[in-house]
Amino acid sequence: MGLRSYIDKIKPNFEQGGKYAKFHSTFEAFETFLYTPNRVTSNGAHIRDYVDMKRNMIYVVIALIPCFLFGTWNIGYQHFLSLGESVTFWQIIGYGLLKIIPLYLVSYIVGLVIEFTFAEIRHEEVNEGYFVTGFLIPLIMPVDVPLWMLALAVAFAVIIGKEVFGGSGMNVVNPALLARAFLFFSYPSKMTGDTVWIAEKADAYSGATPLGTLFNGGSVNDLPSMMDMFIGTIPGSVGETSKIAILIGGIFLIITGVSSLRIIIATFIGAISMGLVFNALGTTSAMNTPFYYHLLMGGFMFGTFFMATDPVTAAQTNIGKWIYGFLIGAIAILIRVANPGYPEGMMLAILLLNVFAPLIDWCVVACNIRKRKKRWASAERRTK
Amino acid sequence: MDKVKIRKGLDIRLAGEPSKQLESFEPTFCALKPTDFIGILPKLDVAEGDEVKAGSVLFHDKNNEKIVFTSPVSGKVKAIVRGEKRAISEVIVENDGKYDSIDFSDIDDPVERMLRSGVWPMLRQRPYATIANPDVRPKHIFVSMFDTGPLAPDYDYIIDNQYDALAKGIDVLSKLTDGNVYINVKHGSTACTDAINRVSTEITSDGHVNNVIITEFCGPHPAGNVGTQINALSPINKGEVVWYCYPQDVITIGNLFLSGRYESSRIIAMTGAAMHNPHYFKTKIGADITPILDIEENSRVISGNVLTGTNITGDKHLCFHDSQVTVIPEGNQYKLFGWLLPVFKRFTNTNTNGDTRPYIMTGEFERVFPFDIYPMQLIKACLIKDIDQMEELGIYEVDAEDFALCEVIDPSKTPIQQIIREGLEFIRKETS
Repeated sequence: MGLRSYIDKIKPNFEQGGKYAKFHSTFEAFETFLYTPNRVTSNGAHIRDYVDMKRNMIYVVIALIPCFLFGTWNIGYQHFLSLGESVTFWQIIGYGLLKIIPLYLVSYIVGLVIEFTFAEIRHEEVNEGYFVTGFLIPLIMPVDVPLWMLALAVAFAVIIGKEVFGGSGMNVVNPALLARAFLFFSYPSKMTGDTVWIAEKADAYSGATPLGTLFNGGSVNDLPSMMDMFIGTIPGSVGETSKIAILIGGIFLIITGVSSLRIIIATFIGAISMGLVFNALGTTSAMNTPFYYHLLMGGFMFGTFFMATDPVTAAQTNIGKWIYGFLIGAIAILIRVANPGYPEGMMLAILLLNVFAPLIDWCVVACNIRKRKKRWASAERRTK
Repeated sequence: MDKVKIRKGLDIRLAGEPSKQLESFEPTFCALKPTDFIGILPKLDVAEGDEVKAGSVLFHDKNNEKIVFTSPVSGKVKAIVRGEKRAISEVIVENDGKYDSIDFSDIDDPVERMLRSGVWPMLRQRPYATIANPDVRPKHIFVSMFDTGPLAPDYDYIIDNQYDALAKGIDVLSKLTDGNVYINVKHGSTACTDAINRVSTEITSDGHVNNVIITEFCGPHPAGNVGTQINALSPINKGEVVWYCYPQDVITIGNLFLSGRYESSRIIAMTGAAMHNPHYFKTKIGADITPILDIEENSRVISGNVLTGTNITGDKHLCFHDSQVTVIPEGNQYKLFGWLLPVFKRFTNTNTNGDTRPYIMTGEFERVFPFDIYPMQLIKACLIKDIDQMEELGIYEVDAEDFALCEVIDPSKTPIQQIIREGLEFIRKETS
């Protein structure tokens, strides 16, 4: 095999004492990207499952492809719709790609350069985590976000959100959401309002998202139809609009066992419960929004399937996952309805619960410990 | 009879099931390996060239001189193999084929007879999986009469026609504890259940044994692991000790009290995809199995199963506790885009299928770990060697082998059994 023998030939240069030893992690990352290593088990179990971190991460990226494709189309569709021009499908896609590719270039170049640098400094292997984070970030941004802002947000999220804690697996909050939150609080004018969701839209055309409409005093009747919100032909962050695309990817992740069904169900239960409570109170138009609208508006679905389920920042115990998911759903709707300052509650709810997840786990594990100590005590009494 | 259903776990199916065909194999060499026993400090009692009988002491444990290890066959001590730091790794006896054995029938005390004949090390204790301490009486004794591991030997087949020895062995065990002897059988295994029922009625009619409890288990692996069964029937509390052994050990113990001699026969299953014509052999403890290894190139010979067994390199001597040999292909090949390709056969060779990573995925271990314990949290407590946390999270209830399935499915490819083993050893050394 030509490629394999070439890799074997240049490999010594990157090993300790070699010419390019300081690029060891980088070489290793590319080598293992091409070939799964020939490493065999040493002690303990002699066989290992085929699932590794690369496979888990690539599953998430595959699951995001429907959202990416629909998002690309929707960028073009919304743009030409606002201009009132009728164009072909390929013109729509072409325009969408023109807008989305720069976002991806910035996200991956900035993120991966930082990741590789940290890996080299620490003499560690490059972790696959950023492939997912880097794919997620453009999908949760407004399409017109300035590229320098995106670069800043990515750098902040990767360095402050992840690397200072020790890299993938050690971070407290979801880095992709942190990037969004960073921009949301630093440059609110570029992240909210009616002007940012459609690329180069005509001034006269209203570019409000359903959530935006609602919280500027609009009523349910001003919202797009349920069907439009489900299919996704509405303004919004790049990847979040099509619920069909999200469901396709989300179900793929559930089947492959990558994301936790517990968290997803619990989040839905939380959101529906809180929605019903507000429907019952029903004093403002926001409160009167039927609970099922909330499931289709904003980033709820995208957040549920792709953000809340991030295994590193979610609760780790099975009981904890129920509590964690329920609170995300409930708090997301609470923020949406009760706090007009921040129309999109999902991002804030997930970040909040990311911070509380270790506490939830601590309580769940403490129950197990208490049970065990009780058993010890009663065994001791019996023997006396 | 009580029934316990184990819900969590995973049956690993591999190619190379043994066919029900029994062949006799007379080994030329047998070896005892001190490394098969956790926590002993071996001290030799023989030198190369010494004549030994079956039951002659080869070495003993310096920490507890009562615990001796005896020759499974009669013959001559051929070699004493030493490993790193000159630690004894194997004492090899050349078999003269006569089975000239020492008679222990004049020793009445069961503990004493088992100790002197070298049968005692078959009894192990939990926590720590060390050899049972003859000076204590355990809370209970557990015997799992079946194995759910990959390509496991069928004990119904192995035990067949050895019921008298089995009955006697259980009888002896029942005298060693003030608690119960739990005999755990596979649900639906009529041969085994009938045999045990016969055994237990015989024992009860005998008048002095009524602490034998038979429980049926069903469910996926690790339902047959003694650790799973202990946890389901009577979880170990801090400060408690239980003992356990394997079915063929019970038969050896029974034979010691029927004939007065150390009968070191073992029926082993030769299994695995890289093994030609996998089937059963009747041989001896510690046998050098080289002559019966009809295997493929570039394969790994494991004494035991693929989850917990020992990679035996060099001289292929069976490990002391094992009734199975598994031979599987080595996975030392590169695979282009191996992490991306679809997988049709889940378990085939020894490739790690990826590199070590921090723990990222969660909830995976819980699917295959049927204990009321948080596995990830316990693993992390072991990693940081925090004894209080390990105790609180249930370290005394587990052994490394209980985490074997976690290790197999771990997407982060960490050596979990080794981590648990080191955690247990750390506590054992700190508290002794």
